[in-house]
Amino acid sequence: MGDAEIIPIGTRGRQGRGSGQRPSSAARNLAGPSRPRREEPADAPTEAEDTAPEQSADEVAEQVADPAAGQPTVAERAAASRGDSPVVDLAGALPTSDTRVRERHPLRGIPVGDWLSAFQRAAKEVFGEQWEPRLAEFLAFLRRRVTGEYVVDDFGFDAEVTERFFIAALRPIAEKWFRVEVRGVENIPTEGGALVVSNHSGTVPVDGLMTMVSVHDATGRHLRALGADLVFQMPFVSTMARKGGATLACNEDAERMLRQGELVGVWPEGFKGIGKPYSERYKLQRFGRGGFVSAALRTGVPIVPLSVVGAEEIYPLVGNIPALARLLGVPYIPITPLFPLLGPLGLVPLPSKWLMEFGEPVRTDEYDDGAADDPMLVFDVTDQVRESIQQTLYSLLMQRRSVFG
Amino acid sequence: MSGGKVVLVTGVSRDLGRRTARALVDRDDVDRVIGVDVVPPRGDLGDVSFVRADIRTPVIAKVIAKEDVDTVVHMSVIATPGDTGGRTTMKELNVIGSMQLLAACQKAPRVERLVVKSTTTVYGSSPRDPAMFTEDMEPRRAPRAGYAKDVAEIEAYVRGFARRRDDCRVTLLRCANVIGPHVSSPITSYFRMPVVPTVLGHDARLQFLHEEDLFAVLSHAVGADVGGTFNVAGDGIMMLSQAVRRMRRPTVAMPGVAVGGLSSLLRQARFADFSPEQLGFLTYGRGVDTTAMRELLGFTPRFDTEQAFDDFVSDLPRTGGYAERAIGAVEDRLPSGRTAVPAVAAPGDRDDGDSDHRGQGESHG
Repeated sequence: MGDAEIIPIGTRGRQGRGSGQRPSSAARNLAGPSRPRREEPADAPTEAEDTAPEQSADEVAEQVADPAAGQPTVAERAAASRGDSPVVDLAGALPTSDTRVRERHPLRGIPVGDWLSAFQRAAKEVFGEQWEPRLAEFLAFLRRRVTGEYVVDDFGFDAEVTERFFIAALRPIAEKWFRVEVRGVENIPTEGGALVVSNHSGTVPVDGLMTMVSVHDATGRHLRALGADLVFQMPFVSTMARKGGATLACNEDAERMLRQGELVGVWPEGFKGIGKPYSERYKLQRFGRGGFVSAALRTGVPIVPLSVVGAEEIYPLVGNIPALARLLGVPYIPITPLFPLLGPLGLVPLPSKWLMEFGEPVRTDEYDDGAADDPMLVFDVTDQVRESIQQTLYSLLMQRRSVFG
Repeated sequence: MSGGKVVLVTGVSRDLGRRTARALVDRDDVDRVIGVDVVPPRGDLGDVSFVRADIRTPVIAKVIAKEDVDTVVHMSVIATPGDTGGRTTMKELNVIGSMQLLAACQKAPRVERLVVKSTTTVYGSSPRDPAMFTEDMEPRRAPRAGYAKDVAEIEAYVRGFARRRDDCRVTLLRCANVIGPHVSSPITSYFRMPVVPTVLGHDARLQFLHEEDLFAVLSHAVGADVGGTFNVAGDGIMMLSQAVRRMRRPTVAMPGVAVGGLSSLLRQARFADFSPEQLGFLTYGRGVDTTAMRELLGFTPRFDTEQAFDDFVSDLPRTGGYAERAIGAVEDRLPSGRTAVPAVAAPGDRDDGDSDHRGQGESHG
């Protein structure tokens, strides 16, 4: 302990901090060594770098000097008429160009090799060991997007951006936030047209998005959603819906998609389903006019009933402002326990646990040709699908331990 | 030579009509082509004989009778008033002209074929539209004004004519937006703007028909044995955003109301020939089903939508494309991108200018 080194703190009584006459020792240390000493160590590795700025600086100096050298002839002629000497001015001007302070660009001092290796390290960090081909591929993707060299189908579906962007962005929400559990995947046909019919709930049609992600991840097929005309009226929503593969819920489009062999998703309850109060949760509403059944009958594709449990709890709808909704031309203005009370924070959906069960497909290819025009048959099949979804909902609710379990 | 068709083409003063008439001359089964319009054509009519007549007057009936016309190709339906005058003149030219022409055809027993160039604008554009219109579909909202209403009325008169003259084969061709290097129409003048205004939050689906395909389909319809209504468009769909990116033009997105205001301003300033229907079209877009064209009419366009648009774009100056250049710069600087660039360069190996440029490329990426 006795031979401990004493480290002096402060100025030891000498003039220092705040005297205003010369910088304190701490400030002198911070300021670094004076200029002549710095030249040698700092410039050694960047010699190649520094030659060019010096050259360019010299060139600049020459350029400044050149017009000055050329000026007297013009200026003298002017002076001859005016009668005073411009040479004095020039003599004053020339030294200033010599003593000009050379400012170095902060980025100049960093060698190219450092830039490259830093860039490579960053690329490795982002893209992994195989960063070169992956970065090249990513750039090719970016170039395709920027130059419009991609194709969309008749409905405006952009498979590339859906896979690489929409589904990739929604997947963590499905897996981590709602912990979607999918059952009965084997009931989704692996090829050919099929109509997935689901219950609709949750104030905001999040269930549709989650179904699209789950179906894509389970089967590799894109679920082509049928949306209300309001979806295609709203700015931004309409663009994303078309790019994501949705189209208007009308018989023409549904039949066209089914004939092309697409997997089509429909939520026949529509706004009645998502806009129903929390107290009526898991009670299926009327299944529209059964248009989806006639579309399936006309194209002879199977109907796959889907029951989704958990979506009812994400935004429990406890109130509505009908007057404002009418004014804005939307079906309802939701009031949930958190919205609009908490403002934007109230838009975060509650993390309920989701169960999705695909039921046994209902075959429609056994009926006669005119079956789609037989209203009684259409109502029968509609009821059959609706009953099947309702029963599965009840059994899933029994199996669920708790809302957030 | 005798026994060949004698074709009367209306609206030859404008480029598309004139070139259609010239394309018809080249057909083997066509004897003579007579071009009719109020004003003489600006370009070369070739072997087409021009008759200066106003189709809004009964003079047209005399022309048909005197020249022994057996085929009438009606192309004199204009989308914008242009330099003809106001909307009143345009309406008169379109509707009254068509009525007079049809009345003249009805009186001429020799006329056995009528081909009318209509447009897919009759289907309108709305968020309630199906993705693809087939010929039997109606617009979701009946057009109340402008070009779309004119065309709907003309089509109704044409259908009436077809009922009254069932010995005459009537072909109604609903063509998608015609595009090509020589076309001057509301849609091409829209795309020729240096900065393209788009409707914020909407991306329209577009379909195009190349000008060459328009001449081909009209010529095909003159010779075809089938009548009826057909949608005519190139294959495939293109989004508006995609189209603008292909042109490498900058866009400015603004709310629909603002685009509407801007378009009427541009129309008044005669800067661009912007028609009011176009706003709906550029917001919601439109697609038509062309199965009937392929299978019944037996016509296949040479250009699909993408190729037609690329041909239109090919000689337009590029006013944007900065993002593409930036990506290209980064691609070039990838160690594997160019063999000339060594993988890891020693700092002394390159001169200062290049290293500066490199830094810029990276910061863009």
